[in-house]
Amino acid sequence: MIFFDFAWRSIRLNWLRSLLAVIGIVIGVVAISSMGMLGNSLQLSVTEDLSTVGDTLVIFPHASDTLTERQFKNIERAAGQYAAIPIYAGHAERIEVGNEKGVALIYGIRPDDIPDLLEKAEGAYTQSDGSVMAGATLAEEFDLRVGSRIKAGNTSFRVAGILEEKGIGFDINPDSALVATDHWYSSYYDQDEYDQVIIRVSDLEDIEDVKEAIDKRLNRRETEVDILDTGAILEMITTAFESIAAFTTAIGGISLVVAGVSIFNVQMMSVTERIREIGIIRSIGTRRLEVMKMFMYEALILGLIGSSIGAVLSFGGGYVTSLFMLQTVKYIFLPSTLIYIPYGMVFGIITSLLSGLYPAWKAANLNPIDALRYE
Amino acid sequence: MGDLAPGMPVIRLEEVSKIYTLPFGQVVALDNVSLDVEKGDFVAIMGPSGSGKSTLLNMIGCLDVPTTGRLCVNGRNIGEMTDDEITDLRLETIGFIFQQFNLIPLLTVRENIEYPYILRHRKHDTGGRANKILSKMDFDSSMLPHRPNELSGGQQQRVAIARALINDPTILLCDEPTGNLDTKTGTMVMELLKETNEYGRTIVMVTHDSNVAAYAKRIITIVDGQIQ
Repeated sequence: MIFFDFAWRSIRLNWLRSLLAVIGIVIGVVAISSMGMLGNSLQLSVTEDLSTVGDTLVIFPHASDTLTERQFKNIERAAGQYAAIPIYAGHAERIEVGNEKGVALIYGIRPDDIPDLLEKAEGAYTQSDGSVMAGATLAEEFDLRVGSRIKAGNTSFRVAGILEEKGIGFDINPDSALVATDHWYSSYYDQDEYDQVIIRVSDLEDIEDVKEAIDKRLNRRETEVDILDTGAILEMITTAFESIAAFTTAIGGISLVVAGVSIFNVQMMSVTERIREIGIIRSIGTRRLEVMKMFMYEALILGLIGSSIGAVLSFGGGYVTSLFMLQTVKYIFLPSTLIYIPYGMVFGIITSLLSGLYPAWKAANLNPIDALRYE
Repeated sequence: MGDLAPGMPVIRLEEVSKIYTLPFGQVVALDNVSLDVEKGDFVAIMGPSGSGKSTLLNMIGCLDVPTTGRLCVNGRNIGEMTDDEITDLRLETIGFIFQQFNLIPLLTVRENIEYPYILRHRKHDTGGRANKILSKMDFDSSMLPHRPNELSGGQQQRVAIARALINDPTILLCDEPTGNLDTKTGTMVMELLKETNEYGRTIVMVTHDSNVAAYAKRIITIVDGQIQ
């Protein structure tokens, strides 16, 4: 590997400018990798906060405030094998727990449907009008336990159970709410029409069919309901974050272009300084391709060193930025995040090789006689 | 190498011209030159500056190709060869000795000598060929791990000669080999060249020093691109 030796010695001889070129690559790789890692972590953290998986259809009234019983029956029919769950929602109510006062959102759900829709952390599901379930955040705020008394409006409830924390959803957000029976809600607020209907479509392949069936039944003549497909929303959010990640990575890419220019510059200097040497080795029997190899090795070594240092630093950089921006590093160690390190390295090495290509080609195609005469 | 038919000259130029096109017009560096150099010959090319002697030497060294005419080195027509083939021919058949020594500064003395050997054989000189060549030259082997710029001119030229000989070339081309040396070292270098010629190696040497040219068996004078 005499050409590799040549390359390595040339780098060592001109260590300062080689170091500067390496720093360029390091910055480029770190920019690309850490931006990619941060983007991915951000996307993961946001999609994880969203509790909803893409299996839910939420049906809202289009023009009116509520969905009639007839509309609900039609939705139920269109949903076929999947259960349509009618929801009363929208009323916020003054609440009192002991001396503490506050406001909470109230949901009214059929007792049979509650277990299908929500998970309980402790206690039991609401069965009767005298009991409610408290959302996790609300329970924490007011120190509610199973059996606690809570007054909402004029009604005094017993807390039957505490709900598991759900996170932000597109259907209902019960974390800071009380879940009562539909019967209580309907009679208390004198409302017999629903605010929304939720359908859980366990087989994701059926989502489009169910959506279409509802559309056909209710929206044929005029649009009566709006159908929210959480899968589509999730996809939109994911796409948006992917675009953000791609954009930030592209900004990182610009610094890699700058690094490429620096490598190009260093390689051109190296070729120009060694024109005579190239003339010598060409005249004593070194092929063009071998001269080219010699200079490409130089670019490769710079790229490899820069990318390796860059990889280590971008892991550290990704770790620190994630810690500060997302307050967690749990996404850093995931393969989908770590993959940005090899990505960055590959881009770094490719940039170095591309930048070294022209100087190497130029060196290889020097006229040996002119090169020998060069002072 | 084995291409040379018996009785064929090792170098043959047939009506070779070299014309350079420069911004102010064309320059005829070699004008219809025909020349045969037999195996084992020692030819000195003399002539004033700009007469075309360096062009002729470069041509024989396959560093330059004729504009017109035919050039055969070791039985092979240069005009019909690819750049890689010509490069390999230089590596295997020709040894170069330059006035400026032209050692490679990045390599140690030993590596400089070994370099053509490694290019050709793809391995290091394990047979001690470099040592054998150097042993005939009164060269201090403790200098081998040093860089060329740590050597005196005479030592550098000895290293250059060793490098030129490492692949046992048929032809040795020397461009003012003593031009940068004092008289004493120059004499020593010429004695070395004479000795390798006596072993049957063909030497073509450019010089403007008649004392140096006196070592040759044949002197060619070139003026205005033509052999006189």
